[in-house]
Amino acid sequence: MASEHLQLPDIFTKWFDSHGWAPRPHQLALLEKAQDGHSTLLIAPTGAGKTLAGFLPSLTDLATREKPKPGMVKPRLHTLYVSPLKALAVDIERNLTKPVSEMGLPIKIETRTGDTPQHKRQRQKLDPPDILLTTPEQISLLLANGQAELFFKDLKYIIFDELHSLVTSKRGHLLALALSRLRSHAPDLQTIGLSATVANPKELQKWLVSQNNNNQLAEKILVEGGAKPNITILETKERIPWSGHSARYAMGDVYDQIKEHQTTLLFVNTRSQAELLFQELWTINEENLPIALHHGSLDASKRRKVEAAMAKNALRAVVATSTLDLGIDWGDVDLVIHIGAPKGASRLAQRIGRSNHRMDEPSKAVLVPANRFEVMECKAALDANYIGAQDTPPLLEGAIDVLAQHILGMACAKPFFEHELYKEVTSAAPYSHLTQEQFGRIIEFVATGGYALKSYERYARIRKTKDGTWRISNPQIAQQYRLNIGTIIEAPILNVRLTKKKANGSIGRGGPKLGTIEEYFLEMLSPGDTFLFSGQVLRFEGIRENECLASKTFDQSPKIPSYAGGKFPLSTYLAEQVRKMLIDREKWAALPDQVREWLELQRRVSRMPSHNELLLETFPRNKKHYMIIYPFEGRLAHQTLGMLLTRRLERMHARPLGFVATDYALAIWALDDLGERFKNGLISLSELFDEDMLGDDLEAWLDESWLLKRTFRNCAVISGLIERRHPGKEKTGRQVTVSADLIYDVLRSHEPDHILMQATRADAATGLLDIRRLSDMLLRIKGRIMHQKLDHISPLAVPIMLEIGREPVNGEAQESILLEAAEEFLSEAKSQLK
Amino acid sequence: MNMTSPLTPSKTTFPSLSTELSGVEIVCDYRGVLYLPNSTTLIVSDLHLEKGAAFARRGMLHPPYDTTQTLDKLKQSLDHYAPQTVISLGDSFHDQLGSELLPDLARQQIKQMQTGRNWVWISGNHDPKPHTSIEGDCCEEITCETLQLRHEPSDDDASGEISGHLHPAAVITRRGKSVRRACFATDGKRLIMPSFGATTGGLSLKHKAFKGLFDTKKLFAHVLGKEQIYPISWSKMRG
Repeated sequence: MASEHLQLPDIFTKWFDSHGWAPRPHQLALLEKAQDGHSTLLIAPTGAGKTLAGFLPSLTDLATREKPKPGMVKPRLHTLYVSPLKALAVDIERNLTKPVSEMGLPIKIETRTGDTPQHKRQRQKLDPPDILLTTPEQISLLLANGQAELFFKDLKYIIFDELHSLVTSKRGHLLALALSRLRSHAPDLQTIGLSATVANPKELQKWLVSQNNNNQLAEKILVEGGAKPNITILETKERIPWSGHSARYAMGDVYDQIKEHQTTLLFVNTRSQAELLFQELWTINEENLPIALHHGSLDASKRRKVEAAMAKNALRAVVATSTLDLGIDWGDVDLVIHIGAPKGASRLAQRIGRSNHRMDEPSKAVLVPANRFEVMECKAALDANYIGAQDTPPLLEGAIDVLAQHILGMACAKPFFEHELYKEVTSAAPYSHLTQEQFGRIIEFVATGGYALKSYERYARIRKTKDGTWRISNPQIAQQYRLNIGTIIEAPILNVRLTKKKANGSIGRGGPKLGTIEEYFLEMLSPGDTFLFSGQVLRFEGIRENECLASKTFDQSPKIPSYAGGKFPLSTYLAEQVRKMLIDREKWAALPDQVREWLELQRRVSRMPSHNELLLETFPRNKKHYMIIYPFEGRLAHQTLGMLLTRRLERMHARPLGFVATDYALAIWALDDLGERFKNGLISLSELFDEDMLGDDLEAWLDESWLLKRTFRNCAVISGLIERRHPGKEKTGRQVTVSADLIYDVLRSHEPDHILMQATRADAATGLLDIRRLSDMLLRIKGRIMHQKLDHISPLAVPIMLEIGREPVNGEAQESILLEAAEEFLSEAKSQLK
Repeated sequence: MNMTSPLTPSKTTFPSLSTELSGVEIVCDYRGVLYLPNSTTLIVSDLHLEKGAAFARRGMLHPPYDTTQTLDKLKQSLDHYAPQTVISLGDSFHDQLGSELLPDLARQQIKQMQTGRNWVWISGNHDPKPHTSIEGDCCEEITCETLQLRHEPSDDDASGEISGHLHPAAVITRRGKSVRRACFATDGKRLIMPSFGATTGGLSLKHKAFKGLFDTKKLFAHVLGKEQIYPISWSKMRG
């Protein structure tokens, strides 16, 4: 422990002085807490010097340590810094090296990520730096090593950057488990959490310290919010579209904004939106401004280039997805443009924080809604940002599949006693409620698969030995563990390689790698189809092994549009705000004219719901009968609701044909006149929307659902039941890769209560299906459904009606596609006979 | 997400499809088996029994239920056709140890199905050696009626050849939506069987592994649906 009144050493004070700076109060406060031996959570807005605050305790400690004398044991690892992004670790190294070298401190700082070469990783194990900047997966890998105890035993500090973002996923669960083991190796370890403002700081305070002694909390330092950002919604003379996500209408206005500012960051919600926006901007980029593209699917070297150009202020604009979301500050960004609705107020605050990275100056941002509903959502988000509302999601219970992975890793490190590991695991906040019995089942799962049919005893991966410890059966298990570590499951992806078409029509081999693309997207392409990638229109040539071959084309409009829906669900908070805006006519004044007129028209020809009502409209169109509801609960919840309602309507013999869901509304169409049936009481609305649909109906549907299969695949990979696919190392040729879907079907029909099936259902309920939110909604609207029977489509219904037929296929529709293809053949055959 | 309600079942469904291969009458069944009515022979390919166990031997503890599920499905086909002869066209077990270490329950299931009929195990690349611990004749290839039955499709003249090995699947795309299903692939001269095992995947007919094997002008995929078989021509496929 540091001496009583160490505080800031002289060399640091001088360094601050030499730059004309002074340490900020929260930086000193954190230093003091750390020097008093406390783990601490620092909550501060972007630009508050959070990172330096986080490192100060460790830097001062290292700066004042005794100089190593000959014959002394070499110092081991002193500080770990964990960030959710590789790029962040690299960025921090750059920012940290500067003060350290300016002060001439003898501190060795290194990074370790998935990109770090093997020889450097080996060297780091033998000769660790003082400070290691790394990612959660790397810590788990280091911990699964036999030398882990020696490596970590002198660890003094661990700094978690962007903690609010780390903890909300399975990655956060893995990290929490890693932390529980680190505490065992280094009992005096202190944690420092750096976080943006969150709804419930106590959750993070718990997360940072051991929960073995009931509800321990880390200390908290709260820095109040900085200057109010200057956010506006893009003003445009163009017509705002009814639906879609591209915001193509606004390109001219967006380009003007870029011209007026020094450096602009443009955020979008998905990769394909980024591609589209980038291409659109270059089409109108008459002045040839340097505008770049940055998203996770691009090749790493391309991304590094963009990042470097950003740091040198050589770019005027960068189009980016969430890869740039977190804490990376490069160059002097003076404007953030957000395309599409931000889906959550906290996310908006984060992204806007990118501009003008000084806490005391207002950052400037422009929101560009892509359609009319998004106008309202942007307005709601904007209001929220002013009032500082926080809608970060609540933390979830620790996932079973992640724990299974961790247990195997711990067995790889050294043999363990079940009760000891149980105690360690339950010291991690997400697992503090785990029962001993459940823990035992998970160990069984890791050992032999945990099946009711005990036929794999001889193939056990870990075994209980005579001394009562569990240990791995053979060294290959450890090898396998290392290859399958991590909780991020990418959709199967292929490299995209640019090739030249030869004169004879054949395709050349070489050519640069442009990035990666999801396999499911390629399944829809035929050779010759054109699509957008890496900011250019490419011609799809075919798939060779694990590579997608594409060539350049002069075609300017890609034939295959990519699905551009939002990947983030609308947050409950924003949904509530949009609903309030709809019912409050006075608020409409703040909306653009065209949106206001649209709402006025809706009021005249149909109606607006009042507070806590659910508006249900029915109308006929093209010989079909439509019902539209507007719950504003996000696409996932609406999808689930759509599935359940169509099942019910089918049982009520209303002959439903299909449904489509957006973030805002749900449309169902049927052969029967639904409006008439609701009106004359043949179908009772309260019965149709009764929350008992979340019982048997849900169970029955879930078991068939492709959503559940996708969730299962993730659980199966994370838990180590099936092998992770490694890009570039896939089995080639005729060997057919194992399909998780088929394994799911087998397991479901023989052991539906298997622990992994339980994990899958639990995941789906909070993830893809959003059942929790759906049940809240059903409760809210009980007895408050306003049926409006119309003769024509209503203005509010136009956006969702335009979505019909746009979305990808799912299980139930597959047979009909087959039948359609077969029937085409039959009718062709018949016409030939005539 | 769009949902199209299950189509109203058409009046005539085709659980199986009768056609000819080099002049021999064959029946492609939606369950994934091929039936030769003249010799009452049932052909099934790529059972990959004990695949779960084979993975478990390598540290991936897949559910141990695939074998039973595959055998149950096979039994349904046998009950339906009551064939005199059953030919398993190779890769009957996922690895050579499969038949040796077969659990008792599955062993009995197989024995029961074999009772009162001829049973042939043709060797495959996954199970190249004869299966000595279970009943049935083992061979490399066999002639049935005038058809040549072997595991891997041959390179030379394939008139009247039935093989497996490649796990053919058809990929159909409509309105930007894509469906992949196991299928029989035939151009009237050669036929490649779908894989039958519960956890075996499929390889698109457009994959280079199929290149040169068929006369694509005459190539059909008889696609396995839930309760019927869908004939789809090569020109309608993607992938």
